[in-house]
Amino acid sequence: MTDSVYEISHLTLVPRRHIGRIVGAVAVVGILASIVYSFAVGQIEWSYVAEFLTVPVILRGLGNTIVMAVCAMLLGLALGVVFAVMRLSDNPVLKHTAVAYVWFFRAVPALLQLLLWFNLALIFPTIGFPGLFSVRTVDVMTPFVAALLGLGIQQGAFTAEVVRAGLQAVDKGQYEAAQSIGMPRLQMLRRIIMPQAMRVIVPPVGNEFIGMVKLTSLASVIQFTEILHSAQNIYYANSRVIELLIVAASWYLVVVTALSLIQIRIEKFYAKGVRPVGGEA
Amino acid sequence: MTNEALHLHAVGAEPLVVAADVRKRFGSVEVLKGISLQVAKGEVLSIIGPSGSGKSTFLRCINQLERLDGGAIFVGGELIGYRRVGDKLHELVDAEIARQRRSIGMVFQRFNLFPHLTVTENITEGPVQVLRERPGEARDHAHALLERVGLGEKRDAYPSELSGGQQQRVAIARALAMRPKLILFDEPTSALDPELVGEVLTVMRDLAASGMTMIVVTHELGFARDVCQRVAFMDRGQIVEIGEPRHVLGQPTQKRTQEFISMVRT
Repeated sequence: MTDSVYEISHLTLVPRRHIGRIVGAVAVVGILASIVYSFAVGQIEWSYVAEFLTVPVILRGLGNTIVMAVCAMLLGLALGVVFAVMRLSDNPVLKHTAVAYVWFFRAVPALLQLLLWFNLALIFPTIGFPGLFSVRTVDVMTPFVAALLGLGIQQGAFTAEVVRAGLQAVDKGQYEAAQSIGMPRLQMLRRIIMPQAMRVIVPPVGNEFIGMVKLTSLASVIQFTEILHSAQNIYYANSRVIELLIVAASWYLVVVTALSLIQIRIEKFYAKGVRPVGGEA
Repeated sequence: MTNEALHLHAVGAEPLVVAADVRKRFGSVEVLKGISLQVAKGEVLSIIGPSGSGKSTFLRCINQLERLDGGAIFVGGELIGYRRVGDKLHELVDAEIARQRRSIGMVFQRFNLFPHLTVTENITEGPVQVLRERPGEARDHAHALLERVGLGEKRDAYPSELSGGQQQRVAIARALAMRPKLILFDEPTSALDPELVGEVLTVMRDLAASGMTMIVVTHELGFARDVCQRVAFMDRGQIVEIGEPRHVLGQPTQKRTQEFISMVRT
């Protein structure tokens, strides 16, 4: 008699209804559709967007943006590694110099730093080595150089902290094992410690690189002809402000998407020998 | 002549390691209170004792992973960490310390294999990067060493794909690849599951039989009794008793040794 109560395999299963999900999905689709519709019927001449997407001035600006982002990031990475290693040094002078560097260049806004470098001639009319050579600062401090120094040096301060986190994430036993096969300090960092630290370093550095691509737009204020500056130059002439901003935005999307794909590749490379989370040996 | 002296005479009178009144403190705690001992070439010495007795610290001093606060250690007749010029001792620079470490192998409790390198690369890293051996020769030597520790088929695996016992055997092969005069073992089986201890001890037995000089910090009294020529019992930063296993483990004369051995046995 009781058996029939506990026997449930012949009953039909009615799935639970997700009312909240349906309501949410309808609302989101509605909002998205209205945004797309308003852009489609708004005061935007899409033909201008298509026309200006590939004009030489924009492409040159795009090229400058990429070159500046890569150069400033390389400078930032080099400075970051050097100052992170200094920060972990036993030498108090090196250590505190690194602390001060990070403190200063992380605190002062990037835009302000760009203006400082660009106007360096106001403090030092000439730079050089007394008696050997000397050049006028305005000749050296071109928009490119000022932007490279301003962006690269402040990036170094952020990267130094990322690299330090990576170096500290490597197990102490790895340092000892490398030392006990007779490796000197620099070789140990290069061959054993850095490759392992990279796993921790790459995701935030990828993040910072994407930030750098967009930060180069600040350099338009010191007359560096990156892509936003080029777009502005065109719309000053033809007044197609929104169309040209859309052109610039499209290119930023393309560059950042490409960088994200490269980052995934690099992360895979440094994941060598790491067991995937939850995976079996 | 005492039994111990007779035994040292048998394995060869020339000492490979000489420690003289070695002292080390961490802050206000003195962890080594004057350790003096000699290890002959080809001898296998085990150091036993309760945790915190300073056994591992002493081992790490030999390899300069810790700095001495007093006393001296000589390996192969060479003073460790300093160069003597007249009546002055000059601290060695990093490159010199690295050179001294090359001839001393070390096997760690937690294996410390390089996780981003394959088993073969772990073994060839030192010979190729530090000793400047040719990669092809280093690889052949690595494969031969892997056969010797019974892991020939794991040459292309990553450390994360191996069991603890297999990782420790690779770590021993990595130490051997540097052709060391001496290998230090810091509790090599303490991090292993019980069923994996045997395979590591077997490799260490073979190594001892081949004439390698070894200092082994261990809790494996069976290994100490069967393989080692001498056993040192350490407690609170001092060597309490040292001698042949059948004396130190079988008929210890000191009360602290007796207590420790009866505790480990049960």
